[in-house]
Amino acid sequence: MTAAGATTQGGALLMLAILLPVAGILVSFAFGGRAAERIALGSAPVALVIALAVLAEVVRAERPIVYTVAALSPPLGIALRADGVSAVMLLASALIVPAAGLYARAGFASRPGEGESRKAFTFWILLQGISAALAIIFVSGDLFNLYVALELLTFAAVPLACVEGRAETFAAALRYLLFALFGSIFYLLGAALLYGAFGTLDIALLAERMRSLPAVTAAAALMTAGLLAKTALFPLHLWLPPAHANAPAPASAILSGLVVKGSFFLTLRLWFYVLPALPVFGFDAILGALGSAAVVFGSVLALRQPRLKLLIAYSTIAQIGYLFLIFPLGSGLHAWTADGWNGGLMQVLAHAFAKAAMFLAAGLLYESLGHDKIAKFSGAARAMPVTFLALGLGGLSLVGLPPSGGFAAKWLLLRASVASGQWLWALVLLVGGLLAAGYVYRILAPALSSDPVALKAPPRRTGEVIALTLAVVAVALGFAPDSFFQVLDIGRPVLLTAVSP
Amino acid sequence: MSASTIAGLTAAVLVGLGLYALIVNTDPLKKLLAFNLLGSGVFLVFGIVARRGAVGAFPFDPIPQAMVITGIVVAFAASALAVALMLRLAKESGRITLDPEGETKLDNGAEDA
Repeated sequence: MTAAGATTQGGALLMLAILLPVAGILVSFAFGGRAAERIALGSAPVALVIALAVLAEVVRAERPIVYTVAALSPPLGIALRADGVSAVMLLASALIVPAAGLYARAGFASRPGEGESRKAFTFWILLQGISAALAIIFVSGDLFNLYVALELLTFAAVPLACVEGRAETFAAALRYLLFALFGSIFYLLGAALLYGAFGTLDIALLAERMRSLPAVTAAAALMTAGLLAKTALFPLHLWLPPAHANAPAPASAILSGLVVKGSFFLTLRLWFYVLPALPVFGFDAILGALGSAAVVFGSVLALRQPRLKLLIAYSTIAQIGYLFLIFPLGSGLHAWTADGWNGGLMQVLAHAFAKAAMFLAAGLLYESLGHDKIAKFSGAARAMPVTFLALGLGGLSLVGLPPSGGFAAKWLLLRASVASGQWLWALVLLVGGLLAAGYVYRILAPALSSDPVALKAPPRRTGEVIALTLAVVAVALGFAPDSFFQVLDIGRPVLLTAVSP
Repeated sequence: MSASTIAGLTAAVLVGLGLYALIVNTDPLKKLLAFNLLGSGVFLVFGIVARRGAVGAFPFDPIPQAMVITGIVVAFAASALAVALMLRLAKESGRITLDPEGETKLDNGAEDA
């Protein structure tokens, strides 16, 4: 089996993708806050080039690229592996993190002549911490290594949620941390059981050795429960709205757009890469049902929120729900699974960009109006049209109206659910779309009235451009060609087993 | 009953107690202690896994032991972060509660807040 084997051509790129942000963190510590901002933003183009190179290499090789750390093969060593999905997710994170970083320059700058602030120092280091943790999550091939990455992600994300130092942000961050800690300790317990059963935690080796044992069932349940708490899937979502809504706008954008996708990505790895050989004991239906409940529950609560940032945070809970439809619709090898798989991943990407755009736009609104109470938005869209355009385009993708990434995602999932005869999920997709249309309308309708509005300051031009660009990417994903989905299929385990039985 | 079985049952009890304490306690400090209790159970499981993986001249499988050391370091760092957050929360708001609207006042410090 080559998947577990030695370093392939271009494999070193995977190590670079991890080392760059880690080196950035260390150097930032040494040189202080002023340098941390330059390092974080200066390394962003390099990270983007690395992500593009990984993508190019995966597309060229048409199979996953592998790097064995210190030339020590699994099970003793750790392998880094990037398939099509890893490469695309790396690229998404290399685009969204610097976008949020550029937006954050206004709020977290060290101005000349002033001493460096602790807030700025922390923010720029944490931003690189998020990049590093996400890079490891996307390319690591070892479940214990992934545990460490998951914890690194938590340790970077929690302080990011309370970087402004207000009392309510500490309470929200503490709740987030406690949920995340219990999530990862259950993941770790599951990993211990898997190691006990098979003597390795390498994903490819585990998949080969997988047998149906009681310990595996227990491990799968524990790890999934832990990951769900970290992904904020209903009913383990309680921590998300206060943490995401009270964080500064660029932090919210990253937390909602990318960080929750990290643990979701790991859930995918677990179920599609480690356990597919296992007769599935109704887990896919349970995950789909929880996702459906999240769609309805999150959307209804979003409809009731008085503040824009809380509304967007509750909409994240609903949109996370759609992601879990990938389990009933994308697993196994049926005619419809390609649609289910592609739709689920498109939802990951479309939501990442749309939600980041919306949180950044909400931040601009807050700065200009001095509040984010939806009831007092009347006339605001006339005063800050670009900001509302970004909100509107992001909302378009959340609702799933064509043309947008959200539409492509929901269309594919809908096709898969109809083709597989699982009508319940189709109903969820349609109801969720209607509810999302309701909450997006709630934001836009009052803002479009002709009432006069007094702005404290006009919105920042760069901020508007960044938010709009992210929203445009979310819309443009709707035009993704077939070749894009072929990239997502590179290294998809179910295809590998189908080709080489 | 072998030593491994006793250790395994102990681990299960620790995990169960930790989970129970997490659910019934509202105080964040107690929740953190529950996390540490649960964590001890998990680390014990790694110990048993290491013991059972003994091959040849090695009385233990070294890999789970390496993992458990990493796990302990991570859990320690997590606990430190949680305590730091609690201290800041107490300093800023005069109370430690996870409920943003909660009324649980601290015994001291509430007056001068």
